[in-house]
Amino acid sequence: MNAAVPMLHAAPAFDVARIREDFPILRLRVYDRPLVYLDNAASSQMPQQVIDRLVRYQTTQHANIHRAVHYLSETATAEYAKARHKLRNFIHAGEDREVIFTSGTTDAINLVMHGYGRKFIGAGDEIILTTLEHHSNIVPWQMLAEEKGARIRVVPIDDSGELLIEEYEKLFTERTRFVGVSHVSNALGSINPVKQMIAFAHERGVPVLVDGAQAAPHMPIDVVDLDCDFYAFSGHKLCGPTGIGILYGKADFLERMQPFKGGGDMILSVTFEKTTYNTIPHKFEAGTPPIAAAIGFGAAVDYLSAIGMDEIAVHEQELLRYATEQIQVLPGVRVIGNARNKAAVLSFVIDGIHPHDVGTLLNQEGVAVRTGHHCAQPVMQRYGIPATSRASFAFYNSLAEVDALVEGIRRVQQVFA
Amino acid sequence: MMADPKTLYQEVILDHNRKPRNYGVLEHPSHQAEGVNPLCGDHIKVTLAVAGETIARIAFHGESCAICKASASMMTAAVKGRTRAEAEVLTQDFLAMATGKSSLDQLSRIGRLAVFAGVRDLPMRVKCAILPWHTLHAAFHSVASVSTEADADPMQAPIGNA
Repeated sequence: MNAAVPMLHAAPAFDVARIREDFPILRLRVYDRPLVYLDNAASSQMPQQVIDRLVRYQTTQHANIHRAVHYLSETATAEYAKARHKLRNFIHAGEDREVIFTSGTTDAINLVMHGYGRKFIGAGDEIILTTLEHHSNIVPWQMLAEEKGARIRVVPIDDSGELLIEEYEKLFTERTRFVGVSHVSNALGSINPVKQMIAFAHERGVPVLVDGAQAAPHMPIDVVDLDCDFYAFSGHKLCGPTGIGILYGKADFLERMQPFKGGGDMILSVTFEKTTYNTIPHKFEAGTPPIAAAIGFGAAVDYLSAIGMDEIAVHEQELLRYATEQIQVLPGVRVIGNARNKAAVLSFVIDGIHPHDVGTLLNQEGVAVRTGHHCAQPVMQRYGIPATSRASFAFYNSLAEVDALVEGIRRVQQVFA
Repeated sequence: MMADPKTLYQEVILDHNRKPRNYGVLEHPSHQAEGVNPLCGDHIKVTLAVAGETIARIAFHGESCAICKASASMMTAAVKGRTRAEAEVLTQDFLAMATGKSSLDQLSRIGRLAVFAGVRDLPMRVKCAILPWHTLHAAFHSVASVSTEADADPMQAPIGNA
């Protein structure tokens, strides 16, 4: 009977104020106003716990890994392996060796393109992508298609920003060899039905790569339940350092793939006659990896797991609901992307005001949003707009920050009135 | 340390954005070029009717942010009736101002265009302000289109002294 009672600024079950204390950067002031950081889809901020972990590694544990028998090398090697194990648990993968450290999502997708695509995709073969993809899940496949004479087919979206699943299913032919799909759209926030799409592809023997860059920071990920063949995401969007990410791949796929980069660590033995590659995951980690970043990434998923990915998802949904409600009633403001299933990303356009002007003026209010095409030009083309302003939320954002965004938009409109 | 963007969005800029001068496309231009900023989607076309050495008429058209549109509008007003050589000098002056590298001589010539001086503190917006001038330069030099993401990034490379 209390169902209709508004929950506006309800008592926090999720203690945002407490969580914000972990993030030193959130105390910053911009133009003498409190920073309102709403560009989390581009990169998230780092809690003190992760910063401390990086400092501890660098001050007490650093040496090169897999090299020497001395104390520091053994410590660093063990910590690097531990980080891999944490990432594996975070995505519920079956084995540690299915987690490959990469420099980020882009690097992970390029690894699949070179390691799997160049070996198993040939002339006349078809690769299915979607309109919602970030450029990093389009361009590598275009490069492959050009090299091999393969063809790219694109799943369209409806006006709300949802993939047209019937159209997806119709794209499959005898020549379909691969599917690449984002779990969550970076430009619109749409959560794609990847589990259903993977099952459909697998019935036809087609492997699927999921770009999880915008999903892993915001919801629990279970790669075994999804049954994806590859899953990629970045550390820096998940409270970790830049320069690190992972590619999850099913072990049998990774074993059949060719290495992408050659060098140290990825070999078992080298002579000028023959080189024997190392086992996975090392086969794909040539050279000295970003050890500190990997360990920081491990600390970041520890931090998030301690808060709870389910709890994070619930709080972010509340932020999205409140922000959507507040913004869509502003005259002259249009939200782009209204998928039924959405992550906390709010893309919008304001009548008569270019997103770049919106971004510059919001910045003056201390509000950081992204403006532009969000490296997803096909999405912009679909809506016939050059760019949007995008507010993207993280679990450390508060309802008061949504209010600051809304007030900021009002002020932008006043300047242009 | 940080410039207040309010100083950029002055009434004169907002006015030119609202009511751009010389907005449109000339029918039989002697010179024309298109300019794009792929990062934000700014896209403008500049058409000119040059009689002898004098810019008799000039127009611009396109979709862009307020900074780019106001800059284009004020550019057309500033160079109309001037010689091509004067317009080229003003182009150099404007670029120098937008990137914070003006000499005193240049500052003394810039006049009303000084309202754009604030962009020098907003690196992401410099390209918006200078795109019209780049497009004008391209039109004079018969380059069909320019992009702020071309090899010669206007942020780094000065417009050549032809």
